[in-house]
Amino acid sequence: MVGPEEIRTFLQEVSDPEIPVLTIIDLGVVQQIYQQDAEWVIELTPTYSGCPAMQQIEVDLLAKLKEKGIPNARVKHVLSPAWTTDWISEEGRQKLRLYGIAPPVNEPDKSILFAAAPKVPCPKCNSHETRMVSLFGSTACKAHYQCNVCQEPFDYFKCLK
Amino acid sequence: MQQPALFEYVLRMADDSLILGQRLGEWCGHGPILEEDIAMTNISLDLIGQAISLYDLAAELEGGGKTHDDLAFLRFENQYKNVLLVEQPNGDFAMTMLRQFFFDAFRKPLYEALCKSPITQLAAIAEKSLKETRYHLKHSSEWVIRMGDGTEESHQRAQAAIDHLWRYTAELFYEDTIDEQLQAQQQVPVLKEIQAAWMETVKAVLSEATLVLPTNNWKFEGGRQGRHSEHMGYLLAELQYMQRAYPDMQW
Repeated sequence: MVGPEEIRTFLQEVSDPEIPVLTIIDLGVVQQIYQQDAEWVIELTPTYSGCPAMQQIEVDLLAKLKEKGIPNARVKHVLSPAWTTDWISEEGRQKLRLYGIAPPVNEPDKSILFAAAPKVPCPKCNSHETRMVSLFGSTACKAHYQCNVCQEPFDYFKCLK
Repeated sequence: MQQPALFEYVLRMADDSLILGQRLGEWCGHGPILEEDIAMTNISLDLIGQAISLYDLAAELEGGGKTHDDLAFLRFENQYKNVLLVEQPNGDFAMTMLRQFFFDAFRKPLYEALCKSPITQLAAIAEKSLKETRYHLKHSSEWVIRMGDGTEESHQRAQAAIDHLWRYTAELFYEDTIDEQLQAQQQVPVLKEIQAAWMETVKAVLSEATLVLPTNNWKFEGGRQGRHSEHMGYLLAELQYMQRAYPDMQW
C-alpha cells in the first residue's frame, strides 16, 4: 500500500516541461496528496494563471503514477494560497543556476511602482553588473537580462510574491 | 441559478480579461520590438488564464454544466459584458499601452479588495491574479512615462491616446443593481473606493510622464449591458471562428 510520501517521491521524476531541469517538487507546485473515495488526489497550484505548462504537467503526472501502478489518481487545482517563488526548493535554485537561469532574488514590494529593477547576479560569471532587457521573457515566469561583464544574455526567474 | 448577481459579476470580470487578452494577442508577430512582442503576448496569456479561472467559477454558479470554453466562445455579441475600453482597437503602440495602463490601474486595486471577499473562490482568483497584475501595471506605467517624457512624436501619440480613450474610462466604475446587491452583502468592493485608488495612480504616472488629463468628461457606456462598439463584432468573428466552424474542436 503506497502512502502520500511515496507518491511524492514518484513525483520527483516528473519534470517541468518548460524548464526540464526542475521537477515539479523542486518547483513547489505540488500541495496536499490524499485519498478520497478510493482515488488519490494530487493538489497542484499553478505558477501563473495562463501557464500552458500546467496542462502538460497534469498529463505527465498521471502517466507517471500509472507507470508506478497507481491508475486511480486525479489532479485538483488550488489557487489559494497562491504560488510564490519562495516555494522553489534550495535544490531547485541550484539546478536553475547550473542550467543558466538566474533564480529569483528577494525583490522589494512591487507595489512600489517605480522601484528599480532587481540586481540579479549573472548565472555564468556571477557578476552583479547585469541589466534588465525586458520584464517579460521566454515564458510567463521569466524576465530577460544581460550581463554587462561577460555579455551573456540570460533568463531570470522573476520573483513572485 | 442560486446567485444570479454573482454570476453576472464574475462574467463581467471574465469578459474584460478575455477581450483584452484577445486584443493583446493580435500584436503577436507585430510588436514594435521583439521584447514588446513577447511582453504583450505574455500579458495576454495571464489575462486569458485569469479569464479561464473566472469562467470556471461562472459556469459553476450557473450550474448548467457549461465549460469555460462554452462561455468564452459560444455566446452572441450582446451576451458579452466587458467594458467598451477593452474592445477598442490596438491602434498604435501608444494607444495599446494607454488602454492597458488605464485597465491595469483599475484591476490592481480591484483585486486587492477582492482578496478580502467572503466568496472564497473569487478571493482565491484575486489573490493569484493580483501578483500578475502588479507586473502588468509596472510594465504599462513605465511605457506611459517613457513615451510621454520621450520624444516630441512619442509624447504627441501618448497624449492623443489619452484624449481618445478617456471617454471609455468612466465605465470601469459603472455600477448597477448587480453591484449593489453584492455590495449590500459586503461580497464585493464599492467601486468609488477603487476609482479613488485608480485616479491616484493615473495622476501620478501622467504627471511623471508630462501628460495631461482631458478636461472633457463626455463618456461612453453600454458594455455592461451588452451594447458594444462596432469593433466588437469583428473581434468576436476572429475569436470564435474555430469553434463556430468546427464545433467542440480541441487543439
